[in-house]
Amino acid sequence: MKTNLNRRSFLQVTALAGGGFMLGLYPKAAALAQGPQQAPLVPTDFISIAPNGTVTLTSRNTEIGQNIYNTLPMLIAEELDVDWKDVRVVRPDAHPRYGNQFTGGSSGTPGNWDAMRQIGAAGRHMLIAAAANTWGVAAAECSTASGRVHHKASNRSLGYGELAAKAATMPTPDLRSLKLKDSKDYKIIGKSTVSVEAKDIVTGKPIFGIDVKVPGMLYAVMQRTPVLGGKAVSANLDAIKAMKGVKAAFIIEGRPLASDYPNYLFQDPGFESGVAIVADSWWAAQSAREKLEVKWEAGKWGTQDSAENAKKAVELSKQTPMRTLRKDGDVDPVFSRASAPNDGIKAVEAQYSIPFIAHGTMEPQNCTAHFKDGKLEIWSTSQIPQPGRTAVAQLLKLPESDVTVHMVRGGGGFGRRAYNDIMLDAAWISKQVNAPVKLLWSREDDMQHDYYRCGGFQFMKGAVDSAGKLVAWHDHFVAYGEGNNFAHDGGFQPGEFPARFVPNYRVQSSVMGLGLKTGALRAPYSNSTAWVIQSFIDELAHAAGKDPVQFRLDLLAGTPLPLGQREQGLDAARMTGVIKLVAEKSGWGKRTLPKGTALGVAFHFSHRGYFAEVAEVTVAANKKIKVNKVWVAADVGSQIINPSSAETQVQGAVIDGLSEMMQEITLKNGAVVQSNYHQHPWLKMSQAPPIEVHFLKTNNPPTGLGEPALPPILPAVCNAIFSATGERIRTMPMTKQGFSFA
Amino acid sequence: MIKLKVNGKNQQFDGDPDMPLLWYLRDEIDLKGTKFGCGMSLCGACTVHLNGRPVRSCSTPVSMAANKSATTIEGLSTDGTHPVQVAWQELDVPQCGYCQAGQIMSACALLAKTPKPTDAEIDTAMNGNLCRCGTYLRIRAAIHKAAELSASKAATKPAAKTPRASASPAKGSQK
Repeated sequence: MKTNLNRRSFLQVTALAGGGFMLGLYPKAAALAQGPQQAPLVPTDFISIAPNGTVTLTSRNTEIGQNIYNTLPMLIAEELDVDWKDVRVVRPDAHPRYGNQFTGGSSGTPGNWDAMRQIGAAGRHMLIAAAANTWGVAAAECSTASGRVHHKASNRSLGYGELAAKAATMPTPDLRSLKLKDSKDYKIIGKSTVSVEAKDIVTGKPIFGIDVKVPGMLYAVMQRTPVLGGKAVSANLDAIKAMKGVKAAFIIEGRPLASDYPNYLFQDPGFESGVAIVADSWWAAQSAREKLEVKWEAGKWGTQDSAENAKKAVELSKQTPMRTLRKDGDVDPVFSRASAPNDGIKAVEAQYSIPFIAHGTMEPQNCTAHFKDGKLEIWSTSQIPQPGRTAVAQLLKLPESDVTVHMVRGGGGFGRRAYNDIMLDAAWISKQVNAPVKLLWSREDDMQHDYYRCGGFQFMKGAVDSAGKLVAWHDHFVAYGEGNNFAHDGGFQPGEFPARFVPNYRVQSSVMGLGLKTGALRAPYSNSTAWVIQSFIDELAHAAGKDPVQFRLDLLAGTPLPLGQREQGLDAARMTGVIKLVAEKSGWGKRTLPKGTALGVAFHFSHRGYFAEVAEVTVAANKKIKVNKVWVAADVGSQIINPSSAETQVQGAVIDGLSEMMQEITLKNGAVVQSNYHQHPWLKMSQAPPIEVHFLKTNNPPTGLGEPALPPILPAVCNAIFSATGERIRTMPMTKQGFSFA
Repeated sequence: MIKLKVNGKNQQFDGDPDMPLLWYLRDEIDLKGTKFGCGMSLCGACTVHLNGRPVRSCSTPVSMAANKSATTIEGLSTDGTHPVQVAWQELDVPQCGYCQAGQIMSACALLAKTPKPTDAEIDTAMNGNLCRCGTYLRIRAAIHKAAELSASKAATKPAAKTPRASASPAKGSQK
């Protein structure tokens, strides 16, 4: 592991945290992750320089494949003015001293762009001060390059390694007064760097959570209640304990969630009932589990069924909606006119069904915990390790200072590791057996005990006038929840486009009960909403007889109505820019395509990013579809920090989105039906299209792209399928309408 | 007592013969490079070579490896100099990296049989290896690159030893 590198501190300055940013759709999570205190960041926690000039930088966020181990150190290194080849990267523990360690919401770039550059600039400032002091010259006469301070007038220079000790005695700079580099002088930012752990990955080094090894470690499996809120009443524990290699087996009573629709799963992920088996190898524990017989008490969700929920949604759609989320003008008179003859108003109605889907990170959930002498040490791949540390301390009634959480590379996150349930389980089990324990889930555990992307139903109605203009938009969102609470990350953002751009607009909602934990999945909420909205806009464009790109550009050309409180909306000019770019790059309207092949377009704004995508799709007679090519145009601000990983993040998001078109989690007797990748597939290599990525650089602060790149691909493909076949996909997964990838 | 060779080194095991090779490699002889993904041969993360052929170690009992020679990711090279490892780094293939050991082992098996594969041959050989991050485009490019690197290496060193895969002993201990 790389957690405990011996550091040579050289700076004693304090710095203001770069906080104050809001996470798109995670305001509560962001507030939590920032913690109750806002202590300033200390550069020594991020930078150390060895006498030989080797620079060791700490990347404070969790690495789950977004390449944050490069991104954050690149920002520090640029302003510190060192060569990238001299940089080593280490991972920190979870601790408030690092400020915000929240990994999610594509917040890594916007949340660190200023803060990490300032950390680097503070280091450089003090190194210059140390050199100036040594030479008896003014700091202003000194310059830096490649890890050395130069005094050109006297032709002297000193390496950072030689200056480090003295730099520590220099006065603390005011971070806000530090001048950051002009982008034209960047040597690292904007240049592709290979993942700092690429070599460890390709040589099979033990860098992932599942690879953690502690002397004397035991291995655990856990059979959790199949139904949320259920309880293990009894089990054949004596028989299990008698099996080879088994050291312990016991029931975990768990603790019910604070409410059925908790808003704070980030903080309290729930502690569910089940049976733990601890053995001297994982295989022994897992083998013993095959003989495990548990008597369960299912609780109130034991009869829940997905088909019943779908029926209930249709019933609710016919009733008066429970809440109105946003209303502009009045849609009803417009829809009335649509039924009058010769008024030129055309109305379209459609029902869209969104399934629950799972995260399915390639590395199944796992956590290693070591309870010893009243203190706890944890190795975790958590995306939000600080709230995990707090939750574990509360569960085991320990002071937080007695809980150490080491952050380990995670084999994919996608939002799943934003929930620390496995950390609680591992800590509890370790305390019970008083030994270090690695708790590792099987794929089946992982797929059946997720915090799923929430499903829902959208009952849409829209109208266009005789000029082809969108004049009314109504959406009755039938979701899950209770009262005014939606299931976690299963709600609706009322400022969502086309809100503000349609004179008569209304979004309403109704909710029904749900006994399933839901949560953030890559571009939470947007990953389903964009599909519905951008598909329905396409339906209206066709009803209006307009070109789908032109129809969207016309919509965005209107003067937007104001945003409501706490609503988020897009900047029409930025979105127009990426739509025009993707149309140009894809040859929209300019290419003759064979029969059965068509282009589809869609755009979406989320996590501060502007993305427009075009898919070229061929549909065979048997409804086998082939995505021939995808074009992506993105506006994530003025700077792409690492072009190599930016491109691959976008391509990965597109492939992820295509996979979602095949996926569904369903409930039967309150339990999840799907158990492994054969029932919840991901795209294979032969199905992955070429993906051309274009960044439109605009004069805006750099923002993230791992998430906002995903949402447009689903509607872009569905819109292409419609153009090719005349059939509209309104129910996901697309297999429900007979479509599949060739 | 099961006797087998792993990355060129003789090993003996007298535990559960039904234990999947995956767990033997990971937990008994501490070669953590081979990854657990699904336990059902659905994802390919656990791919290793047995007598040069790619197998899913999660579904292969260790008894089936008796008297055979297994090669894992650690056996390609410990310093990342195998042409496939080089190509993977040059093209910055991994995102999360978890599936990549399995991808690389499948790629090596392909290149051993088909030194200059077409896109279609690559897709066929690699379709059993899922990448949840979606690095497929770079994997495909890296396989072509590795083919080039191997070809130029073969041209400069015609007597190069094969199979390279089992040339060096494994080092599985943790840093």
